[in-house]
Amino acid sequence: MTEYIDLETPLSDSTIEKLKAGDKVRISGVLYTARDAAHKRLIEMIESGKDLPFDVKGQLLYYVGPTPAKPGQVIGSAGPTTSYRMDTYAPTLIKMGLKGTIGKGGRSKEVLEAMKRYKAVYFAAVGGAAALIAKTIKKVEIIAFEDLGAEAIRKMEVENFPAIVVNDTKGGDLYNIGREKYKIPY
Amino acid sequence: MRQINTEQIRDTVEKLCIDANYNLGDDLITSLRSALEREESPLGKEVITQLLDNAEIGRKEQVPVCQDTGFAIIFIELGQEVVLTGGDLREAINEGIRRGYKNGLLRKSIVKNPIDRINTGDNTPAVIHTDIVPGDKLKITFDAKGGGCENMSRSAMLTPAQGREGVINFVVDTVKSAGANPCPPIIVGVGLGGTFDYSTLLAKKAILRPVGSNNNNKTIANLEIELLEKINRLGIGPQGLGGRITALAVQVETFPCHIASLPVAVNIECHSHRTKTIVI
Repeated sequence: MTEYIDLETPLSDSTIEKLKAGDKVRISGVLYTARDAAHKRLIEMIESGKDLPFDVKGQLLYYVGPTPAKPGQVIGSAGPTTSYRMDTYAPTLIKMGLKGTIGKGGRSKEVLEAMKRYKAVYFAAVGGAAALIAKTIKKVEIIAFEDLGAEAIRKMEVENFPAIVVNDTKGGDLYNIGREKYKIPY
Repeated sequence: MRQINTEQIRDTVEKLCIDANYNLGDDLITSLRSALEREESPLGKEVITQLLDNAEIGRKEQVPVCQDTGFAIIFIELGQEVVLTGGDLREAINEGIRRGYKNGLLRKSIVKNPIDRINTGDNTPAVIHTDIVPGDKLKITFDAKGGGCENMSRSAMLTPAQGREGVINFVVDTVKSAGANPCPPIIVGVGLGGTFDYSTLLAKKAILRPVGSNNNNKTIANLEIELLEKINRLGIGPQGLGGRITALAVQVETFPCHIASLPVAVNIECHSHRTKTIVI
């Protein structure tokens, strides 16, 4: 039943444009992480004309704040956080060339518009499957804002990180498609 | 009078934090297994299977099942025949949280001030609710409340004229608006009655009942059944990807209310329902 599309970061526009809402993917390569506090700082850096701690072009951003690693682990549990809190910031990063974001839950109209216009996708990872997801993370390095603890920006190397395309570049939305398919009016 | 030293409370709280975050309860696992059988969406089934696998990893490897190890919520039921010795109860609880989150390698998710937003660094303070009850026991319940599902919770002051139908519409609409955000399949805690503040506490207490248990009052149990059916007709499904199981359970707690009021609160709990209780 399950067929996966293998994705290797960084991602090109042509790869991104082929993805459709509902596609299951396995991502390998680099993911950068950021959540609320880190986004606030990134946008402040952009506004004051500073260079970002990493080049967003062609990259994927994973909304996550992991638990501390146990001895012998590269990272603790690391599932997605709810994405809408990053909606204020996402269009700016997408315009700069970010090719996708990974989180859970719906996005704003502005983010969906930016994804269509600048060719980016939104992936969902399974929220709460944090111990399972962590097994696909092979290497982790904090690259910025270490003082933010769990919210620091990390560069992760992942192998077969499982995700599903929710919003594609054509306006397809799996949350709407899924809900329509299974709703029973009363 | 029975004496209980607050050091014992501290150590109990430490254990509870770690246990709840690593080992999901049997009631939840049973509920997820039943959901897996009832779910019709292949993708929904896949999600629930992953959640069960994830729970197994937590248990076997003794790691947190979710990276959001929550706001520490503590419910204390203190028997009135108990004398606490050895120091401040609140400090003992917070020291237990501090040790549990440090030693259990749990995430520190609390900021000192909602505006400045500087992390406290040790996941304290806990939100502590204390009830004085008959007897000589001390019951401590810990709940790790995730931010994602807490954010989707709502309350309203309905009019008595809105009645049962108004309550149903408000609860179902809250779940509908939440969509994929709170990590469905969710547990829906509903507080009905009391005052503005008390209804929200009832909603949180409702979450802490065994998953899928119905209220002892038949009228309220019927309301729970109807709410669950209506919520599961929304089609949101596991992780919002479409499916039959949007909620595992709807649990309602009630309290008398003013002739002018119908307070209703909906506290949403994600499928990663981490709660444990110890009686000393």
